[in-house]
Amino acid sequence: MRLCLKPLKTSFLFILLLAFSPVDANQLSDQRQQELQHLVKHDCGSCHGMTLKGGLGPSLLPESLQQKPDELLFVTIREGRSGTPMPPWKSQLSDNDINWIIQFLRKGPTE
Amino acid sequence: MKKILILALLLTLNACVTQPLRGTGDMGLIIERAIGRLQVVEHSNHTAIAQIDGLGDLSHASIVYSRDERYGYVFGRDGGLTKVDILEQKIVKRVIQSGNSIGGAISQDGSLIAVSNYEPGGVKIFDAKTLDLVADIPAIYGNNKRSKTVGLVDAPGQKFIFSLYDAGETWVVDMKHKQHPVITRFKNIGALPYDALITPDGRYYIAGLFGEDGMAMLDLWHLDKGVRRILDDYGRGQQQLPVYKMPHLEGWAMANDKIFMPAVGHHQVLVVNKNNWQQVAKIPVHGQPIFVMTRPDNRQIWVNFAHPRNDTIQVIDVDTLKIIKTLKPGKAVLHMEFTPRGEHVWMSVRDENRVDIIHTDTFEIIGSLNADKPSGIFFTNRAHTIGL
Repeated sequence: MRLCLKPLKTSFLFILLLAFSPVDANQLSDQRQQELQHLVKHDCGSCHGMTLKGGLGPSLLPESLQQKPDELLFVTIREGRSGTPMPPWKSQLSDNDINWIIQFLRKGPTE
Repeated sequence: MKKILILALLLTLNACVTQPLRGTGDMGLIIERAIGRLQVVEHSNHTAIAQIDGLGDLSHASIVYSRDERYGYVFGRDGGLTKVDILEQKIVKRVIQSGNSIGGAISQDGSLIAVSNYEPGGVKIFDAKTLDLVADIPAIYGNNKRSKTVGLVDAPGQKFIFSLYDAGETWVVDMKHKQHPVITRFKNIGALPYDALITPDGRYYIAGLFGEDGMAMLDLWHLDKGVRRILDDYGRGQQQLPVYKMPHLEGWAMANDKIFMPAVGHHQVLVVNKNNWQQVAKIPVHGQPIFVMTRPDNRQIWVNFAHPRNDTIQVIDVDTLKIIKTLKPGKAVLHMEFTPRGEHVWMSVRDENRVDIIHTDTFEIIGSLNADKPSGIFFTNRAHTIGL
């Protein structure tokens, strides 16, 4: 039984990676983009800091994320990271939402 | 003679334009987290009196008060420690004492302010008058690593207590001799302590654990007995839900020896018997609890919830352990503060840019203030409560 697990997990990840694709921000409505911006600042911010420079969770500023590929960020946001408090956000965020957030984080806070 | 008369006249005029004498016992501060501003309020007439600007990043900010209830010490996320005068409504002094901080405490005698820091991890202790550094306590563990510190409180005997998030330790710092802090370390308290509280009698320090079920409890009357685990199996056999916001441990209730706590990753409030530290009940609630706060008479418990279920407040009757009221104040209810004797509760509704004032018997909204993304509400009567 154990043997089955690994291929399953791998294919699961593979499907996830297929879902990942750099998104054109225009695909999301202005309203949705504003909602996501609010969510990043205030709800991601409750652990990562409102300015995203880190809190109980690590910094999400562009320079901190530089070494982390989009795929990794995508899986982390979508599925969470076990062993840490990072929860999965897939129940609240679509794949497009997640891709938009990754691009948003790459640009960094504007204020 | 003429000169003296003019001088006397000027002095009288001057006296006329200064504010009338007033006490501060019915005053408080509201944090407007996004724009780095405080509102000075008073709860006798439910009004905002003034605003104080320039406090930096106030996300997750908290406040303690001097024992004369005149000065507030504001702990900002950006490492800022700001002393504000609520009578003159201005900043007295502001220091940036770290890169990233998470709250603080005032000593038993009011002479010291301690700040808990994430980056660099540790606690710094300042003179309450001048904000000069008195002691720097890096939270070093393992192979010279530094831990984020959480759950900093004051305790009787001029002590501060805090926990190490990354290391799973609790440290007791004795500041009787300011130049020579004496630190007692308790290791292996459990994985990822995220916050802590001290009971208002100053006897029990209880740290909540994120990394496992249960809480780590230290009896300050018997430090030699070490840290004891309580509520070890409150979530056993159940899948923990994703946690979108860490609970806060502050404000607690003891009625018929019961203590009420938020369950991490469950839609439950836990009830513990303080005599034997056994779980008495789990109360199913609307979402994952953030603040579980008691009305000052200990008759009601008010609970707010984590994102995305944070538009709701529930009130639990301590006698029957039943939910007696569910309120929907609006999006993102972040914090609640009771008036000193509990007839009203103020609550910040962040996404509605409003602070509502609710009667705790009738549950009617009796007033409302405008505020920009309000979070914490802190009334001055905290000055005289251990652990606040």
